[in-house]
Amino acid sequence: MASYSTNEFKSGLKILMDGDPCVIVENEFVKPGKGQAFNRVKIRNLKTGRVLDKTFKSGESVEAADVIDTEMQYLYADDEFWHFMVPDSFEQYAAGETAVAEAMKWLKEQDMCVVTLWNNVPLSVAPPNFVELKITQCDPGIRGDTATGGTKPATLETGAVVKVPLFVNEGDVIRVDTRTGEYVSRA
Amino acid sequence: MSWRPGAPPALLHRRARLLSDLRAFFARHGVLEVETPYLSAAGTTDPQVGSLSLDLPGGRRFLHTSPEFPMKRLLAAGVGDCYQMARVFRADEAGRHHNPEFTLLEWYRVGLDHHRLMDEVEALVRAVDHEGRAGETRRLTYAQALADHAGVDAHGDDAPALARRARDLGLAVEGELDRDAWLDLLLSTVVCPAFPPGALTFLYDYPASQAALARIRPGDPPVAERFELYWGPLELANGFHELGDAAEQRRRFAAERTVRARRGLADVPMDTHLLQALEAGLPDCAGVALGVDRLLMALSGEDDIRRVLAFDAGRA
Repeated sequence: MASYSTNEFKSGLKILMDGDPCVIVENEFVKPGKGQAFNRVKIRNLKTGRVLDKTFKSGESVEAADVIDTEMQYLYADDEFWHFMVPDSFEQYAAGETAVAEAMKWLKEQDMCVVTLWNNVPLSVAPPNFVELKITQCDPGIRGDTATGGTKPATLETGAVVKVPLFVNEGDVIRVDTRTGEYVSRA
Repeated sequence: MSWRPGAPPALLHRRARLLSDLRAFFARHGVLEVETPYLSAAGTTDPQVGSLSLDLPGGRRFLHTSPEFPMKRLLAAGVGDCYQMARVFRADEAGRHHNPEFTLLEWYRVGLDHHRLMDEVEALVRAVDHEGRAGETRRLTYAQALADHAGVDAHGDDAPALARRARDLGLAVEGELDRDAWLDLLLSTVVCPAFPPGALTFLYDYPASQAALARIRPGDPPVAERFELYWGPLELANGFHELGDAAEQRRRFAAERTVRARRGLADVPMDTHLLQALEAGLPDCAGVALGVDRLLMALSGEDDIRRVLAFDAGRA
């Protein structure tokens, strides 16, 4: 099993802590001039998202987590799993609900996503930063409203609800920033 | 833009002024500037300090981690009060407050003990602090600082007691620590961060197990006549009432080499020239090493050493 020594610590490094895959968010080296050196790190548990503080005696090593980010195409969902495919190899992966989590409401068939694999099993799914989705339900805008007016809720084909300007109508395809959940423009 | 310096021009100018102020301070006090080799056949046996080495045709040479040993040879040879500003090198030390090579100001005063040298360190810092950033001066024993800020008995608590206290303070630690390592952890992460910002805090009388090259004063408990200076939470200097006993020094070197072997660290030969010099007789003296880059950080209100170096290790 690969491992990292504390002097290889840097943000972004994936390590195994108490059996869970984690990523180093921050690494600070502390050492009294005449004493023991330590690495104080903030790590995020990639399964739970929780961030915790750990102090490593410098020189210790820690097991590497076999975590890789892979670009995959979202295929379809069934009752249990969301299915993804690596375009080059046609390899398919099934991600469960905890892995898909928040990404669920942005996934449209054939969109490209980043699937994080841990020991070759999907750990998390990041949707594209921008998605184009059709509005399946929203109230008509009131006559006389201008493009700079207020907003109204619109339900998209994936089930997500976003605030859209009043001039946008049911059946329109809109562009949404998945990181903020905000309307960007009409597609 | 990686060819560009990490320090803005104003800080390069501030550095130049600091270097010239420091030299002027010692000129005023009649302390001689000396230079000693950066490359030596012997290095430090301290298991907490990693040396870099070069394999030359004449054999392995260690890049000095401080100019302490050759300066003590000069003192034993009768040179008297002396100082040196040198680039020193330490393996595996890099971060916001560490660069693997940095400028160390080291000086020795014959006939002074660590208390009188603390007076001079304070005078020096105030002499170069044109901005008036330094606050009050505080002097407290190591034991008092650890008791006040971490609630431990630095001389009495054993490793498991210190570990429990660290856990209670919310420190989750990976790795086996001995008693001194627990004390180092509490000092670095709990005690120093609690020092008042801008205050010059001197800690003195360290546990005998952390004597390094300081004399140990017998008593209950015995303490090392060692001090450190912090500017706010930032460690600036480490000083000793210097150990002059050659036999004791040889024992400490041997003990450190044993620890190095046990931890699987590279073997470093002990400096026999230093031992011979101590046998010939080191005058009673105190000495201190001060990190010039850190002093510059404090003087200019910076919190990252990379801001005060023209080119830090990542840009070198």
